[in-house]
Amino acid sequence: MAKEYITTREIAGPLIIVDQVEKATYNEIVEIKLGDGSIKRGQVLEVDHDRALVQVFEGTSGLNLGDTKVRFLGRGVELGVASSILGRVFDGSGRPIDGLPPIVPDSKLDINGSPLNPYARDYPSEFIQTGISSIDGLNTLVRGQKLPIFSGSGLPHEKIAAQIARQAKVLGAQEKFAVIFVAMGINFEEANYFIQSFKESGAIERSVMFLNLGGDPVIERIATPRFGLTAAEYLAFELGMQVLVIMTDMTNYCEALREISAARKEVPGRRGYPGYMYTDLATIYERAGRIKGKSGSITQIPILTMPEDDKTHPIPDLTGYITEGQIFLSRTLNQQGIYPPIDVMPSLSRLKDKGIGKGKTREDHADVLNQLFAAYARGRESRELATVLGESALTPSDLLFVKFADEFEDKFVRQDILEDRTIEQTLDIGWKLLAILPIEELKRIRPQFIDKYLKLFIKKEGGVSAS
Amino acid sequence: MNEQSGVIVKVSGPLVVAHGIPDARMYEMVYVGNKRLFGEIIEIKRDNASIQVYEDTSGIGPGEPVFSTGMPLSVELGPGLIGSIYDGIQRPLDVLRGKYGNFVTRGLFETALRRDKKWMITPLLKVGEEVQGGDIIGEVEETPLIKHKILIPPDIKGTVSFVAKSGEYTVDEVVLKVKTSYGEQGIRLYQKWPVRIPRPVNERIAPDKLLITGQRVIDAFFPIAKGGTACIPGPFGSGKTVVQHQLSKWADADIIVFIGCGERGNEMTDVLMEFPELKDPRTGRPLMERTILIANTSNMPVAAREASVFTGITIAEYYRDMGYSVALMADSTSRWAEAMREMSGRLEEMPGEEGYPAYLASRVASFYERAGRVIILGRENKEATLSVIGAVSPPGGDLSDPVVQATLRTVRVFWSLDASLAYARHFPAIQWLRSYSLYADFLSDFYKENMGEDWVDIRTKAMGILRKESELQEMVRLVGIDALSSSDRIVMETARSIREDFLQQNAFLPEDTYSSLKKQYRMMKLIDLFDILAHDGLKNGVELEEILSLPVRVEISRAKVIPEDNLEEFNKIEVNIRNSFKRLLKEVKNG
Ligand SMILES: Nc1ncnc2c1ncn2[C@@H]1O[C@H](COP(=O)(O)OP(=O)(O)OP(=O)(O)O)[C@@H](O)[C@H]1O
Ligand SMILES: [Mg+2]
Repeated sequence: MAKEYITTREIAGPLIIVDQVEKATYNEIVEIKLGDGSIKRGQVLEVDHDRALVQVFEGTSGLNLGDTKVRFLGRGVELGVASSILGRVFDGSGRPIDGLPPIVPDSKLDINGSPLNPYARDYPSEFIQTGISSIDGLNTLVRGQKLPIFSGSGLPHEKIAAQIARQAKVLGAQEKFAVIFVAMGINFEEANYFIQSFKESGAIERSVMFLNLGGDPVIERIATPRFGLTAAEYLAFELGMQVLVIMTDMTNYCEALREISAARKEVPGRRGYPGYMYTDLATIYERAGRIKGKSGSITQIPILTMPEDDKTHPIPDLTGYITEGQIFLSRTLNQQGIYPPIDVMPSLSRLKDKGIGKGKTREDHADVLNQLFAAYARGRESRELATVLGESALTPSDLLFVKFADEFEDKFVRQDILEDRTIEQTLDIGWKLLAILPIEELKRIRPQFIDKYLKLFIKKEGGVSAS
Repeated sequence: MNEQSGVIVKVSGPLVVAHGIPDARMYEMVYVGNKRLFGEIIEIKRDNASIQVYEDTSGIGPGEPVFSTGMPLSVELGPGLIGSIYDGIQRPLDVLRGKYGNFVTRGLFETALRRDKKWMITPLLKVGEEVQGGDIIGEVEETPLIKHKILIPPDIKGTVSFVAKSGEYTVDEVVLKVKTSYGEQGIRLYQKWPVRIPRPVNERIAPDKLLITGQRVIDAFFPIAKGGTACIPGPFGSGKTVVQHQLSKWADADIIVFIGCGERGNEMTDVLMEFPELKDPRTGRPLMERTILIANTSNMPVAAREASVFTGITIAEYYRDMGYSVALMADSTSRWAEAMREMSGRLEEMPGEEGYPAYLASRVASFYERAGRVIILGRENKEATLSVIGAVSPPGGDLSDPVVQATLRTVRVFWSLDASLAYARHFPAIQWLRSYSLYADFLSDFYKENMGEDWVDIRTKAMGILRKESELQEMVRLVGIDALSSSDRIVMETARSIREDFLQQNAFLPEDTYSSLKKQYRMMKLIDLFDILAHDGLKNGVELEEILSLPVRVEISRAKVIPEDNLEEFNKIEVNIRNSFKRLLKEVKNG
């Protein structure tokens, strides 16, 4: 039994300092017994001679100097894993809260994991069809990717994430898959939306949930995603499952990080977030991926709400610097009643290039994608000009592009929350829209595809001025 | 083997403070704790040494031992580097995976160069010969592409006292002995060099040749010279990594060193999977045969990230010292600077701007200073180059960021990436009005010789058109398109053509990913020809709309996918352009 210290000397915010400790190590887990017998958990942030600085996951309320007893457990924070975690619900510290008996673990894993050797990675290249055109067609998701949703308060990110979870499939594959749901500081309703959605689709038996809700301890959020990802690594790389991890809301995670940093009186970085936030977030996001010789994969869809819709805010900014693209939600589209309100221009999937094309989606995919982007960008630019100066300020060809942009938002981006489009349907809608434009403007599409596909849509649509 | 020499008193993340290391020296390598983690001394205060530890320090605590090595952080330089992938402190990641599995755990050690592989060498030196640093002992065929020259280390000078027979040797067998003023030195196929000290050269000279990258916006507008320095700042997703991958693939350097410094694991995997498949356009050999990767990804320990750029550049210098032209990519130098900031913060140093240490600018400068065109050591007085290209990732893409500013003060080429171009999928998103190259003028002779006598004029004209476009756009925004004269409209259209048909280049389209200088020249000539004839047509009464709806414009826009071995296609398009305008003029004449 480890020694119990009654030498807590300072309590400040979520931190305590324990004195005269004989042997404490960095990152070690700590058990804190309060005067009333209740127990909190913490982790060592720094040891200086015989003084240990400890962050308390459940917060320090109720702690006092006199009655607090601290034990250093000589190991890191661990999660017990077994295949029976599927279908279970845990709190933000990995304790079951579904009333079922504790897990009998096959093994106990340190929740920080170890960095995956870059040489061991297998490049993600399998197309995941989400059934959402603005993702599949233009910002294609692949297995093993980390693709966050950049949202804002009040935008329907949970609907989109749940729709992805419901509809996502790899074409022609029959495999074991699992969903890990990590909630950090979101409210009950939002969490419940996911849970209901998983229930309806039957995914609930193949899901594992780690819930830290709005009323739960703030500092615990630092550990919650790591519990989730440890479970994900086990399911993917030990049991060979295709794992989708949804983590929401990363903004709350980062705020917990800032709180610790402030309590430690560290030199603050931008907007008070710690300078090491990039590295810290990377240790979460980089746990997505695939491994050579293993059949499983971890695909991450983190969700974050951009404070004041500002994409240069450190949370979206650092996330964007680590993840492999982002799905960007637009308040304007949402106000226009367009669901899903995905703004495709600032959205990006960096891994799409190896996931699309012949044998994966369709041979014309890359060309259609490039052309849709180019045309939509030009249409938006002209539309902005027209709102300032009126349509008379535009050339006839600019006007066509404006029409294209409007139709694009209405037909391509907009779809029903239950609508599950195949990639062929998505690309065909793309061609139909491109048929609005004069053929000589379709510079991004190779002639062979114009010949093969465009003519299928010209007759129906008309309006194509073959030059 | 190492005596215990000190005791840990403090652990704070990657920073460990140890007490009582006798004769501790700055930048000395040490082993930390019972797990013997790799570390480096970065500050000494009285009897306490601060150590940055290159591995995760979880589970390490006060009271554990620290072992000193007496050696500064060094890399192994010798045959076997090419095609390897190392972490920031030169541990071979392929070997680690083979031995220890898919995850990098702690306390692992493997030598950077394999000790069991034999290399064929015929030493060229003779007993009694006077030698100095940089002289060539002999050559080893490292890859079918690269003859690895075994060099006398820079600090050795004396008389050869032993030469091994021609034959196969492992890297740590002695193949030569030299009697020096401080005793006889055995020389092996590999040498060690401390990463923080630049390898010496005989002389630095001004760059005079283009590093041909096959990227049109770069070669044609914002060139980098062999031996030059360039930076690519830009917000996330703007194309820094793709530009650097493109340069690694296509630049006409002999050796490429790519440092993934605090970036994504998958980007390294991408290189590892793609480069063995891709062929060097000049030699037809797989690109991996000239490439060395340093991968210290964002989730790997932050202190090793700090070391990774030095590890990379020391290896690059070593190949330069053989007379090669070497190009080094560092993606991203911001992560390196952040690693410095993190260590500085933990050392409680006085923070400078944005919390970066006050020495940020001088560190950045001293890194890029290691680039250059030089006369290398050795009796042959040969020339070699080391070009350095660094990505910078400023918060929010804001160019006032201290790392961007420190970098701009030292590098000679600025490729400024722009988020709005990236959103519109104009790639490479190098903003033409903000970027610059200080080598462009130096290189006029090179351009004239390799692209065309009139190239410099055409380029100047094209830049002028792009500048004019932005003025005209401003006007359109105020008063609408009607305010523009027909000739202004042609300027706008030519500018669009330059942007879309020349500057935009799709890295993922095999026909477009690389353009030879010849092709670049021909492409720009098409646009220029159309522009000249369009203005001429207007003067002679042709209607603007007639010009704009000429079908030959589609051919100009498709010229980028004309294969390199079929450049005669350009003649046809030129003829079509001329004929199109002849027809228009004839129609005017005939009323
Ligand atoms: N030349 C190009 N051709 C086609 N697509 C490109 C090109 N350059 C960039 N892209 C697109 O832009 C995406 C982002 O590029 P890249 O990964 O290089 O950005 P980055 O600036 O390195 O971002 P970060 O700072 O987050 O690492 C790529 O995945 C690709 O889809
Ligand atoms: Mg990048």
